[in-house]
Amino acid sequence: MWMRDPTAETSAVKRPRRAPPKSLEGLTVGLFDIGKTRTPEFLDRIEKRFNEKGLKTKRVGKPTNAKVATVENLQKISSEVDVILIGLSD
Amino acid sequence: MAERLEAKHSGKTLLAARKIEYPETADPAEVCYERGWTDGLPVTPPTDERVIAMLKGTKRRPHEIVGKIPPFLADCTVEKVAINAVMAGCKPEYMPVLLAALEAALEPVFTLHGVLATTYFSGPIIIVNGPVAKRIGMNSGINVLGQGNRANATIGRALNLIVLNVGGGRPGEADRSTLGAPSKYTLCFAEDESDPEWEPLSVARGFPRGTSAVTLFQGHGPEAFVDQKSRTPEGLTRSFALSLNKMGHDRLTQSARAIVVLSPEHYAIYRESGWDRRRIERALYEATIRPGSELIAGKDGVGEGIPASRAGEMVPKFHEDGLMVVRAGGKAGLFSAILPGWLAGRNRLELQPVSKQIRDN
Repeated sequence: MWMRDPTAETSAVKRPRRAPPKSLEGLTVGLFDIGKTRTPEFLDRIEKRFNEKGLKTKRVGKPTNAKVATVENLQKISSEVDVILIGLSD
Repeated sequence: MAERLEAKHSGKTLLAARKIEYPETADPAEVCYERGWTDGLPVTPPTDERVIAMLKGTKRRPHEIVGKIPPFLADCTVEKVAINAVMAGCKPEYMPVLLAALEAALEPVFTLHGVLATTYFSGPIIIVNGPVAKRIGMNSGINVLGQGNRANATIGRALNLIVLNVGGGRPGEADRSTLGAPSKYTLCFAEDESDPEWEPLSVARGFPRGTSAVTLFQGHGPEAFVDQKSRTPEGLTRSFALSLNKMGHDRLTQSARAIVVLSPEHYAIYRESGWDRRRIERALYEATIRPGSELIAGKDGVGEGIPASRAGEMVPKFHEDGLMVVRAGGKAGLFSAILPGWLAGRNRLELQPVSKQIRDN
């Protein structure tokens, strides 16, 4: 007995997560704005706290939450920051 | 029987999807559940006979790729569409409608990934116009947004199953909807085109009269609109505006589109005064413009609202092209319905409804 597979027949390849850095000292923390209306308020506060601790930050993001980030955008961001914090404003 | 023989003799070459084997003692409907292939309701197991029969509903070749389905952007062939159509309960003659709906959903401006992934209530809503609706027995009348019609129920369901099974869009994973909505199972219906004076939605969106077409909208619903006392088009429009302004939140503006499903009794009030689609839609847009001072965040202790700097403006609830009227429903009842759109509708140009012609082949 058989039936046909309705899926794309692709199995997710699980990749181990990169180990988180032991310290953020000397690293640039990307603060990612996903494009929702109140994200900047949230990221402003987070950035202030990071900066008070002497950590470097860089604001990055995508123009709208309605669409996924482009590969080019993600590649650019990954070349500019060491770790990233994504701000969901809900 | 013909499909059984065909499956026996040519199934191997016609169908490319991998076979999922299960023991004779297993219930195939339960096998589908165990594999996570359902929306929570039972599905029809996609046997070779059923898939071959479904493929007879289109002249498109089984191995043709229709597009990439989010969230995982997996290629979707006509055969995979047919398999999911079987599971949803479709008849072969629904295939052209389903294929057109899928193509519309995959247009970038429909933002299907976002519709799936949003924390909001939205899903794809399908509206069918033209002769195909009657041909396949779609409902545009009594209980139009409810249960009971096979084409309405299964075409919408099949589209969502394709996103689930081919795209991998699962609730709690890529689908992050906070509350969801029953309309995420299926919301598909035909427009009532029985009045020759009414401009069908498909015609308003650029297709010649008599063309079969689908229109895809990012939304949910229905929300009830009740007015049993207004008897003038002006009064009824102002009445609609009271409900439309409440959509999402009274003080949210230009944040979403909406469909007004106009019932026959409400439509009669407009019709008797000679109001057509464009006049109704324009009047609804204008009736939902309000003084900004009524909508300021913090007013009366309510945090939601627009910035105080806009207090002196007249603020529209919708963008100028943000309202679509669709005629449907049973003949009795001074009720209409609002189908609210996705809140990301504030990005007006990036997020739009999409219409596609339904091809017979």
